[in-house]
Amino acid sequence: MSSSLQLNHNGNLKHFLSISGLDKALLTSILDTADSFIEVGERTIRNVPLLRGKTVVNLFFEPSTRTRSTFELAAKRLSADVLNLDIRTSATSKGESLSDMLMNLEAMASDMFIVRHAQSGAPHFIAESVTPGVGIINAGDGWHAHPTQAMLDMLTIRQKKGRIEGLKVGIIGDILHSRVARSQIRALKMLGADEVRVIAPNTLLPPEIESLGATVFNQLSAGLKDLDVVIMLRLQRERMHGALLPSEQEYYKRYGLTQNALKYAKPDAIVMHPGPINRGVEIESAVADGKQSVILDQVTNGIAVRMAVMSMAMSGQTEAKNLLKEAQSA
Amino acid sequence: MFNQQELSAILDNMSEELAAQLQGCAFKMVGIRTGGVWIARELAKRLDYDEEIGELDISFYRDDFTRIGLNPSVTPTRLPFGCEDAHLLLVDDIIMSGRTIRAAMNELFDFGRPASITLAVLADLGQRELPIAASVTGQVMQLPKGKRLKLSGPEPLSLNQES
Repeated sequence: MSSSLQLNHNGNLKHFLSISGLDKALLTSILDTADSFIEVGERTIRNVPLLRGKTVVNLFFEPSTRTRSTFELAAKRLSADVLNLDIRTSATSKGESLSDMLMNLEAMASDMFIVRHAQSGAPHFIAESVTPGVGIINAGDGWHAHPTQAMLDMLTIRQKKGRIEGLKVGIIGDILHSRVARSQIRALKMLGADEVRVIAPNTLLPPEIESLGATVFNQLSAGLKDLDVVIMLRLQRERMHGALLPSEQEYYKRYGLTQNALKYAKPDAIVMHPGPINRGVEIESAVADGKQSVILDQVTNGIAVRMAVMSMAMSGQTEAKNLLKEAQSA
Repeated sequence: MFNQQELSAILDNMSEELAAQLQGCAFKMVGIRTGGVWIARELAKRLDYDEEIGELDISFYRDDFTRIGLNPSVTPTRLPFGCEDAHLLLVDDIIMSGRTIRAAMNELFDFGRPASITLAVLADLGQRELPIAASVTGQVMQLPKGKRLKLSGPEPLSLNQES
């Protein structure tokens, strides 16, 4: 649904709303651009002047530490001005409508909104209604998508394994409430992973999950067998309504990634987690801090991926604006 | 326009001039991708420079991002040395407006404050838009209107006019 909305007339990114609708070449180009930004992060001076004079607004309707701060850092490393809007203390809580607030922000000459919202589809809605020339990046919407998280995971896998094609990847845990899992499955399939497994009790699996191309496993040891990449998800306690689990202890016993359980995967398998981690709930400390864990690499790569999608979307907006200008002067 | 043999003679002259200018100076070589890196390698052979050559991708430093957007095939810059207090020999294939060199110098400064930068270019087409001049130039040229100059390589190198 979002491909035409996300791409400009040349097929380049102008908003980044979801993985679906983007082809393998574009996803690969995001990863390649991010690779160059990783190098920038290793310099004495970590800023590049690409977005000088641009204003990026962090529009977070849901709390977030990691995602918000890596977006902020990414925008600053691109030399943009950054405005962090805490919606809980902003005028929307005084009754201002979302559209009114957006119009006001646009009047402040904002060039890009980074949007996180509890409602699935909120970033799409904003992308449809925003003034041409303003780019929207989805920083997580409801249960729908979290595309920059998925892409930083793809970058981490490619960096550690040298490729994504042909790999066996398992996603373990609370798939039902996870926008991350949905985006990951789409990205992994598009980039040619051999097999994508979801490993969880049926109560934490959405009904449509197999239609995304994932194979379902209810038993951890069987699901882990021969995996190259083990992706753990956080148990989203704040989204648990109703009795989906007998208890956290029971969950840890059956689905917690312990050192013993990890032995079922390939010996060189990497362990990932989007954070924040619940130690002793979904993952044993010894695994989270162990030598197969790449959890902190994911955080570092998050900055590079966000720099890549922000600069690519801004670039796509520029192309679209130029086309508009040409049409007006013709 | 210039085949490998003719370019080789130009490169010989350039390296002689560079050797004279950089005499007694422990310099580090940096090429601007892609053509500048090829020329830097050729000059390195002639200057007996056996260290790894730095490779600069200036895509993130171009001044026309707000006009034409991002280069779709950017590759990571690779500098095997720090720039702080270093004497740098910056190499590019073709100089025209001077904007590429400006971007390259801005990028180099983000790796530290160099002691000096010497610029070597294979071909100078004039038409400068910025006050930037090469220290050593292989060939000064003028192109007919509507033509572009393109370096092909790295093996064999040739310099040709394109429409």
